[in-house]
Amino acid sequence: MVTDLATYALTGLGLVFFWAGTIGLIRFPDTFSRLHALTKADNLGLGFIALGLAFQADGWATLAMLALIWMLALLAAGTVAQLVARAALSPPEEDEE
Amino acid sequence: MSLALDLALCGLILCVALGAVVGRGVFRSVIFFITYGLLLAIGWARLGAKDVALAEAAIGAGLTGVLLLTAHGRLRRMSVERAPRVGPNPMAATTGIAVALALGWAWFALPAPTAPDLAAALPLTGMGNPVTGVLLHFRAWDTLLESIVLLAALLGVWMLARDVDWHAPLGLRYHARPGGVLASFGRLLPPIGLSFGSYLVWAGADGTGGAFQGGTVLAAVVLVAMMAGVLPPPRVAQGGLRAALVVGPGVFLLSGLLAVALGMGFLTLPPAVAKPATLIIEVALTVSIAVTLAVLVIGPPDDKEPVR
Repeated sequence: MVTDLATYALTGLGLVFFWAGTIGLIRFPDTFSRLHALTKADNLGLGFIALGLAFQADGWATLAMLALIWMLALLAAGTVAQLVARAALSPPEEDEE
Repeated sequence: MSLALDLALCGLILCVALGAVVGRGVFRSVIFFITYGLLLAIGWARLGAKDVALAEAAIGAGLTGVLLLTAHGRLRRMSVERAPRVGPNPMAATTGIAVALALGWAWFALPAPTAPDLAAALPLTGMGNPVTGVLLHFRAWDTLLESIVLLAALLGVWMLARDVDWHAPLGLRYHARPGGVLASFGRLLPPIGLSFGSYLVWAGADGTGGAFQGGTVLAAVVLVAMMAGVLPPPRVAQGGLRAALVVGPGVFLLSGLLAVALGMGFLTLPPAVAKPATLIIEVALTVSIAVTLAVLVIGPPDDKEPVR
């Protein structure tokens, strides 16, 4: 019962961060602030969702997998954000749209 | 609750599919296509087809997505004049809708095919995972030809190389700052990816996984390492590369011929040695699939200026 409440609260909090990150991605003016919204808010949201799901885990193996998923997502998001930002710094090529 | 989830998923899949074919601009279509593959993988997982879900996420969304993005990057770099904007294509739309309707009709109107009882036949294969059992035993012809098709596709890509470039390293030159983010990522990810890919192949015997899923993960590891400059791109003439490309289909074909020589049917594995033989074939196939997919994405040999 308490674990279910913790799951609802934490995944709900995670969704709020995803919501904020998505609004930032759509509304922010340039690439760098969009990256900021996407990587920071969404990774925190994913962390809260993983934490919420951890209360439903039936063993250490599941907990370890949830932690691994979050850490790999952090690693990938951090790296990709750096690469996209670096690409955005170089002189703009002609855009497609 | 789960009905709401499934309906939302179906709606999302249809919207994203529409975005991929209707949207303007190649880049946008590619991004929609990758998202479509990921959503489709969730759909397969909801249906309980975990092997298909893994294959769809790894090959359909991941590898095909990288392939399309690379193609888009190359098209932009080649200074071809912009192709004129094509308007809506009623012919293609009509054909697509007609095929979808016909398939839907066939699904509901035709009687469900009766398959032989797989649970009874599975012990003959020595495999615990019915998908692997079917792929390497009951449907071995298809799997053998699939692995050869991959090789044929790679030969097709290599034919695009100019004669002067033939002995150059494969693909465009990638530039990664030494000690930069990409270079560290290229050193950090491969150990994790290698363990995960090998695990998928090994687990495929009795659970979810298999040569194609594991091979694709390993191909992604090779690609990341090459783009980060940790692994030098191979050359067409390297013996090791060529051996890795043909070992999978080769071992599979030889095992089939050996069965013929022993008086059994082509590609028949006797139940006594079915498990070890299948594992050996799976491992050989994995090596070939991983290397073929990686060099397929890297592209033909090219001796141009470095690119970012």
